[in-house]
Amino acid sequence: MAKVTLTINGRPVQAEQGQTVLEAATAAGIYIPTLCAHPDLKPEGVCRICVVEVKGQRVLPTSCTLPVAEGMIVDTNTPNVRDARKIVVELLLANHPSDCLTCSRNQTCELQKLSQEVGIRQLPFEGARRRHESDVSSPSIIRNPEKCVLCQRCVRVCHQIQSVGCIFTSNRGWDTEIGPAFGQDLANTACVYCGQCVAHCPTGALETVNPSSAVWDDLRNPDKYVIVQTAPAVRAAIGEEFGLPPGTRVTGKMVAALRRMGFDKVFDTDFSADLTIVEEAHELVKRVSEGGKLPMITSCSPGWVNFIETFYPDLLGHLSSCKSPQQMFGAVAKTYYAQKLGIDPARMVVVSVMPCVAKKFECERPEMRSSGYKDVDYVLTTREAAGMMHEAGINLAELPDAEFDQPLGITTGAGVIFGATGGVMEAALRTAYEVITGKEVPSLDITAVRGMDGVKEATIDINGLPVKAAVAHGLANAREIMDRVRSGEADYTFIEVMACPGGCLGGGGQPYPTTPEIRKKRAEAIYAIDRDMVLRKSHENPAIQELYAEFLGEPLGHKSHELLHTHYTPKDAYEQDEDLEPASV
Amino acid sequence: MAVEKTCCASAEEEKAVRTALEAFEPVRTNLIPMLHAVQETLGQIPGWAMEEVAETLNVPVAEVWGTASFYTMFDLQSRAKHIIRLCESPPCHITGAAGILDAIQEELGIGPGEVTPDGVFGLELVSCFGVCGVAPAMIVDHEVHGNLRPEMVPQLLQKYREQ
Repeated sequence: MAKVTLTINGRPVQAEQGQTVLEAATAAGIYIPTLCAHPDLKPEGVCRICVVEVKGQRVLPTSCTLPVAEGMIVDTNTPNVRDARKIVVELLLANHPSDCLTCSRNQTCELQKLSQEVGIRQLPFEGARRRHESDVSSPSIIRNPEKCVLCQRCVRVCHQIQSVGCIFTSNRGWDTEIGPAFGQDLANTACVYCGQCVAHCPTGALETVNPSSAVWDDLRNPDKYVIVQTAPAVRAAIGEEFGLPPGTRVTGKMVAALRRMGFDKVFDTDFSADLTIVEEAHELVKRVSEGGKLPMITSCSPGWVNFIETFYPDLLGHLSSCKSPQQMFGAVAKTYYAQKLGIDPARMVVVSVMPCVAKKFECERPEMRSSGYKDVDYVLTTREAAGMMHEAGINLAELPDAEFDQPLGITTGAGVIFGATGGVMEAALRTAYEVITGKEVPSLDITAVRGMDGVKEATIDINGLPVKAAVAHGLANAREIMDRVRSGEADYTFIEVMACPGGCLGGGGQPYPTTPEIRKKRAEAIYAIDRDMVLRKSHENPAIQELYAEFLGEPLGHKSHELLHTHYTPKDAYEQDEDLEPASV
Repeated sequence: MAVEKTCCASAEEEKAVRTALEAFEPVRTNLIPMLHAVQETLGQIPGWAMEEVAETLNVPVAEVWGTASFYTMFDLQSRAKHIIRLCESPPCHITGAAGILDAIQEELGIGPGEVTPDGVFGLELVSCFGVCGVAPAMIVDHEVHGNLRPEMVPQLLQKYREQ
C-alpha cells in the first residue's frame, strides 16, 4: 500500500493511500469527534460533526469521507471548525428530547458525550420538534424515533452487515424518518431482532425491551423459585459495565453478583451448550451416515433462525432441529431439575442473561413451551443484568469469585466457546470425532474455524471421512454461504452461522460500545477460559452424562425429541402480514 | 408519515404492473425507472406495487419505500385527476412562487397537500425540477409551465378542468 504524508495540526502524519483523514488522524493520536461514523460501517458523512479545515478548500469537508492526499494540510481545531461542530450539535439538540436523566442511554449516549465535548451550556435554537410515538410492537426492540439523530448507523448495520434491510430513511428534509417501510411497526417487517441496530445506535432511539422490574418482582416473591442461566459471552464482557477493560474474564465475579441479587440458583448456559453439542453432534453423525439433508446448519443463534425462516425458507430442512442452549436449559430446568428438587415447575422462574436481543423473541415462541410452561421466562441482556446489579449497589468488579451451582452449572470448555464465532463448530467437531471414531480427538484446538474472518472454511478428516466445515458470522456473510448452498455450488457437510459479527460476544445486548477491537479482546478471553478448563469436550461433562443416565435416555431419543428439538416456520420477506403454513422439515 | 399499505390490487392491476416491470432488466439501478413505470401504469405507487418492485429487484421493501417517498414526483396515494406540482426551491421562490401559490389557492380553494372536493385537482409543493431558467414554474401532470404570473393561473387550470 502506497504511503502518503499529510500535515494534521502542523504535525506530519504518515497514512496509507485510501485511508480517510479521520482514520489517519485517529491512528496518529489526534482526536476528531464523530457521530455517524462507526468502525464497523462504511462512512456516510451525514452528521457533519467530524468536519475539518483543509488548506485550499472553501468549505469544511467531513473527515470521515475525505481521502488522504499527499501534501494535504488539515486542521482539526480552528475557530471555524469548533463553531461548525458546535452549531451542528446545537441544531441536533434543538430537535431532541431533553430527558437524559430518565433515558436508557443516560451516561452511555454519544450525543450526550458530544454535547459535553463541544461545550454546550445552553440551547440557542428553539423551533418545531419532531413528534413520534414509540414503536413497542416487538418483544425485543423498542424504537423511539423522537430520539433519532438520523445518523443512519442502524440503517447501515441492517443493510451492510446483516443484509436484512428492514429499516431505511424515508421522506426528505424535515420529514425525514428512519424506520420500516410504509411507516409500519417493526413487528410487521422482516426484522430478525439481532439488535445490531441497538448496539450501533448512538442515542436512546433504539433500545431493548427490558424485563428487569418483572425479574425484581419475582426475586422478592417468596413463592417463586428463581434460577438464572448465563450465556458464555456474558462473562467475557459484563466487566466492561463496571469499568474493567474489554477482555477481562469475570466468570466468578459475575456468579457472585447474581447470587447477591437474590437468585436461588446461579447456573450456566455452558451446561446446556454441552447438551446442545451432544444432540447436534449425534444429529450430524446421523445425517451423514443415513443420507440425511446436508449441509447441516447450526440453529443456536435466534437471529439467524429468524433470518433463514424469512430469507431462505426453502432451506429450512438444513437447519439442525436442536433448540438453542438457552431453550434447552429452560426445558431441562422445568422438568428434570424441578423433579430432582421436588418443586412444582409452575413455581419456577427461569431467567437468562444473554448477550443477545433475539433471545427475547425466541423465548416467546410458541414452540418453546415443551416443559408444559414457558421454558424461559425472562431474558436480560448483558447490559440489563449489569443495570440490575448497579440498582442493587453491587459492584461486580470488587467481588470475590464464586462458583456456579450444581448440577446445571457444571460445564466444559466446549460450552464456553459457543460465545465466539466458530465455537459451536469446534465444540461439535470435538464430540463428533469421538462419536464417529470412538477414539480420542488428536487435537482439541481446531484453529482454522477461529478468528474474525467473515467466512471461514476448513476440512477436518474424521477417520478418512472429510468433514467440510464453513463458519459465517454477520448475516451478510451467512447470505453469501446460503446463496451457494441454494445454487448447489457449496458442498459443505456442516455450517455454523451466528447472526452477530464475532458471534455472541458481539451480540446486540453486549456493553456499549462494541467495535472490532473489543470483539477481538472478548474472543481472546473466551478462548483463554476454554484453554484453562479441565474438561474441554461436551460429552465428557459428568452432569450431562448423568442427565442422560437419569432422565433423557440417549441422544436423539424420545425424550430429547420432545424437550430439546424444535421445528421452524417459513416467513415471507416481502409480505409480512400473510400467515404461511408451517413447513414440514 | 405512515401511509396506508393500500392492499389488495385487482388482478388486472397486478398483471399490468408485472407487465410494466418485465420491460426492465432486474438490476438495482432500474429502481427509479421501475417506480416511474408503476406510476405510469396505475397513476400512483401503492404499497403492494412497491413490494412487487422490491421482490423483482431483490432489494428490501424499506429501500423501495424510502426511495419512492424521497422524490416528490412519486405519488404514493390515490389522489386527484390532475396533480399540480409547484416548485418551492429558491430560484422559483425569488421570482414569485409565493404569488403563484396564492393564485392557485384562490382559484381552487385548497392548500398544499390537499385535493379539491370534486377530486379534479391536487396541489403539491415540490423541490427544483430543473427549469430554473423559466422560474417560477410548475408541472401539471406531465406538462411544464414556466414564466408564470398569478393572472395566468385561472385560464391555465381551466384547460385541465375541461380535459
